[in-house]
Amino acid sequence: MYFLRRLAYMIPLLLVVSAVSFWLVHLAPGGPFDKEHAPASPQIKRNLEAKYHLNEPIWKQYARYVGGLARGDFGPSLKYRDHSVTDIVRQGLPVSMLLGWLAFGFAMGVGLPVGFITAVRRGRWQDHVGSFLAILAVCIPGFVVAPILVLVFTIKWHLLPVALWESPVHAVLPTIALGLYFSGKVARLFREGMLNTMQMEFVTAARAKGLGESTLLFRHAVRLAVLPVVSYAGPMLADLLTGSFVIENIFQIPGLGVFFINSSLNKDYTLTVGLAVLYAALLIVLNLAVDFGYMLLDPRVKYE
Amino acid sequence: MSDQKVESPNTDSSSAMAVASPGARPPASPAQRAWRRFRKNGPALLSSCYIALLLIVIVGWPLALKLTKFAGPGAATWAKSHAPEQLSDGQFQPPNTQHWFGTDEHGRDVLSRVLYGAQISLLVGFVGATVSLVIGVLWGAIAGSAGGRVDSVMMRTVDVLYSLPSIIFVIVLMTTLGEKLKQLPVVKASPALQKDLRLAILFVGLGAISWLTMARIVRGQVLSLRTRPFVDASRALGASPLRILVRHIIPNVFGVVIVYLTLTVPSIVLYESFLSYLGLGVQPPMASWGSLISEGVDQINPIRIYWWMIVFPGGVLVSTLLALNFLGDGLRDAWDVKG
Amino acid sequence: MRRDPPADVTIINYSEPQSLDPAIISAQPDMRIVSGMFEGLTRTDPKTGSAVPGLAERWEISPDGRIYTFHLRTNLVWSTGEPIRAADVVYSWIRTLDPMTASDYAGQLFYVKNAEAFNAAKIKDPSQVGVTALDPFTVQVQLNHPTVFFLDVCAMPLASVVPRQAIEKMSDAWIKIRPLPVSGPYELDFWRLNDKVRLRKNPRYWDAANTQSKIIDLLPIGSASSALNLYDRGQADIVWDKELVPTELLDVLLPRPDFHTYTYLATYFVRFNVTRKPFDDPRVRKALALAIDKNRIVQRITRGGEQPATHLVPDGAANYESPPGLGYDPELARKLLAEAGFPGGKNFPRMEYMFNAPAGGGKIHEKIAIEMQQMWRDTLGVDIELRQLEMQVYLTEQDQLHYDLSRSSWIGDYNDANTFLNMFVTDDGNNRTGWSNKHYDELIRQANEITDVPAREKLFQEAETILVKDELPIIPLFFYAGINYFDTNKIEGVYTNIVDLHPLQSIRKIMGHATRNTKD
Repeated sequence: MYFLRRLAYMIPLLLVVSAVSFWLVHLAPGGPFDKEHAPASPQIKRNLEAKYHLNEPIWKQYARYVGGLARGDFGPSLKYRDHSVTDIVRQGLPVSMLLGWLAFGFAMGVGLPVGFITAVRRGRWQDHVGSFLAILAVCIPGFVVAPILVLVFTIKWHLLPVALWESPVHAVLPTIALGLYFSGKVARLFREGMLNTMQMEFVTAARAKGLGESTLLFRHAVRLAVLPVVSYAGPMLADLLTGSFVIENIFQIPGLGVFFINSSLNKDYTLTVGLAVLYAALLIVLNLAVDFGYMLLDPRVKYE
Repeated sequence: MSDQKVESPNTDSSSAMAVASPGARPPASPAQRAWRRFRKNGPALLSSCYIALLLIVIVGWPLALKLTKFAGPGAATWAKSHAPEQLSDGQFQPPNTQHWFGTDEHGRDVLSRVLYGAQISLLVGFVGATVSLVIGVLWGAIAGSAGGRVDSVMMRTVDVLYSLPSIIFVIVLMTTLGEKLKQLPVVKASPALQKDLRLAILFVGLGAISWLTMARIVRGQVLSLRTRPFVDASRALGASPLRILVRHIIPNVFGVVIVYLTLTVPSIVLYESFLSYLGLGVQPPMASWGSLISEGVDQINPIRIYWWMIVFPGGVLVSTLLALNFLGDGLRDAWDVKG
Repeated sequence: MRRDPPADVTIINYSEPQSLDPAIISAQPDMRIVSGMFEGLTRTDPKTGSAVPGLAERWEISPDGRIYTFHLRTNLVWSTGEPIRAADVVYSWIRTLDPMTASDYAGQLFYVKNAEAFNAAKIKDPSQVGVTALDPFTVQVQLNHPTVFFLDVCAMPLASVVPRQAIEKMSDAWIKIRPLPVSGPYELDFWRLNDKVRLRKNPRYWDAANTQSKIIDLLPIGSASSALNLYDRGQADIVWDKELVPTELLDVLLPRPDFHTYTYLATYFVRFNVTRKPFDDPRVRKALALAIDKNRIVQRITRGGEQPATHLVPDGAANYESPPGLGYDPELARKLLAEAGFPGGKNFPRMEYMFNAPAGGGKIHEKIAIEMQQMWRDTLGVDIELRQLEMQVYLTEQDQLHYDLSRSSWIGDYNDANTFLNMFVTDDGNNRTGWSNKHYDELIRQANEITDVPAREKLFQEAETILVKDELPIIPLFFYAGINYFDTNKIEGVYTNIVDLHPLQSIRKIMGHATRNTKD
């Protein structure tokens, strides 16, 4: 059916993504093997490049890469030469995912109630305060929130660990730092959705029919109101699960986020392309899940 | 995959949007009604005043610094000591009468840097948003109007680009474009152009990663407008597709687009600050809010905190973003851009 | 998430090792770990930093200084039990020199006969390279000419002994074998990327009796403030890397007894691209050099007690005293610039100073750049723009001479002036300025062919004078000050030496001070 077809499209789409990112990464100047302490003879660098086939024309390198993909081999990392791309992902992804889910939970757990209250009490003080806080959350960059949290909760008051990823209590600050922005977004979106649904005709109709206010809200309005949030949840999760550079950098968390940025900066071609494909795959699957969720939540939606 | 993902809130791509249509109401034009609604929105009004004030100060301060040169030697030295790139011996001074926002590691006046940085950040935000607007509107409008194969190809491209982690794209863009553009003879000839090249690349780069959502929204709008009676009427009267596009569809999309512009600006400003944190944003010694905050964040440690280096740039950034958000919300409410 | 049993010593090591293969590493943090795992004929004395017997217990040097005969200990075994013999030493050196290994540091072995030719694939037969196993316990090395610091080279990771049995089985992926056979004081317990490298005492090491710690953790933390925070909380015992110094706080930190500064052989300098006008004119270069107030930079920006530098080779290099170079003289600077045709900076073309910036990391290069930009503007009226690049692009641009001025630094590989001066020989891979001076090349070449210490010193001095007084393809700024932090009441065995080498074997935690595990 529809969803299976979409899944089938995933493979060609991922191939295109890999091709585009492969091409992009090779465009930029610089290569992975330039070092501050240069080898005594340029021949050594050339040997290295030959070893990893970097001196071949780009289409040939890509063909080689795709051949590897067919065997499930995403290639060695060019920077961390003892590790393959698969090694790096296998080590980092579970950590990023754990933190990502925790932040997702935080974003939903804080954002949905705030969004609900600000919608239901629209125009009153709860709305003003809640909306202000939500927008505020969206306006402060992560690399400002995190050091401030570290300053207050670990340095000034020794309540929490300052960094690393060793026990559940280590996850508190990173979760908040990561989830805060998204909780603001979720709150705004849910408020939006609630306001829309509350105005809709069928709500008026149901009210006219005499259904109690609270049943009304919870059963009918919320299901539709949450749609914008569901739609946003796809990309939000994709970002969260693949790890945040800022948070992982500041809290020294051994996830994948740092590699996303550093691999591009290091010109580690294979790792960059591998991560791009991973991100794209995740995004596609999540978007599919979002559309599926739509189907469940909104009876008007049909896919052919 | 940025930390602060650049998208105009995906929100309303899901909930259907309609532009305020002339209904069976007394003959106040949509614009007039929108203005009336806007006026009633307290936070939005406050925000627009704040932004207006900010713009005046941002433009006025550098002007004042330049003009005081003509007001005598005392004023000239005052102007020099407050120039944003002027180093001095007074490192890390807390706010005082000489320097209202204190000084940084190089003895530079933080107030001046915040205001000059504001120019850069807001410029990047607005120009970047405009770039994304132009690309997005054109792309979406063409795709929506053309339909069929063209539409399919164009939107599939958007899908592919959407799946790429944006940071890879940005890094490649910033490094590659910078080097390639430098080689152009027109650039080599003009020192002024070379200086501003980095800024120009930032504008283009940031705009280039934010147009995707705009394109989707515009296409959706165009698709729904295409089936409207007034468009059919135009076609029946013999108007060419281009004319329909330009005279009917684009103006109706306009309202939505403006609203999204005001909401894209803050997210681009945020993304620029993220890039500056990574060292990919503006070049030193130029400042942007992002680079100033990045410098300030460096100063957070258990021993001694130069709070003015993060509070002032951060405070100004956050309040401006707040104002832009409220303004955008107000515009959206006023234009009645929701289901 | 997991909490490992506590280590005896936890060290913050700045960056994730790119590899643990001794033949291919080139970064200092990588070398610190690898030299704890693999050993060579000689090893480093923790107190003096000089080479002392390692796998070889003694050696003879021929009267002409060209032939070294090393005698291996007879009780050497890998951590996995197989014996270590002379053939393994030969295998390891040949592997480092093998062009297919593509070792960055192979050049250090070029003092060995035919090594360079073998590495360039001009010779295919490894037996022609001047390292041979005379018998299972004797290694003979033939050098091209006498090389005073050769024993130091033998202590470097590139010359350490690697396990043939593992490499032949797994080829490039041999580091992944568990248990990984090692020849040094520590084995690899595990390596979690971005998390930590854990080393465990190797009981089969010939000197295991003197290995002071059982478990050492090395954390790849790149941020000075995170490092400081973790250290203050007791979660790290030692922080050692020049990039981890929180320069803004040094005025408060340096007086603390647990902050140790020392000089070591490393220089921060500016490179000119002498192939670009107007930097082809030495007067312009000298003018720019004379306009820099290096004292101001080390006092206000770096603040670690660095020594301002007028020459390239840091003070304290063995048997060498540098000749004076150019200091700070704004008057002379202006005069020279005017002579070169740019009085007051008029008509000076637009030039850029290039430097690198780690993502989300320290800004020291930027800060120094900003100060220098101001100095050039104020003293000479010359406007130099700044150009910030990320590391790989910066390195490529420098390598391809696509820059005007560039920030640079160099850490000495061994304790001898040569490691600094031979960089600027014509076409050396580390020259990267386009500068070429035949007389300079000749002086360096001669110096490297003799062992007479005073004569050598004179030759180097003459060469360095050309470099830092006459021609100035570079502007030396300052000599790095190393800063390590650790509490001497808790940690023993870390000594400051001029080569900044701190072998892991001697580091230990004094009893009764376990690393605090986080509770708060």
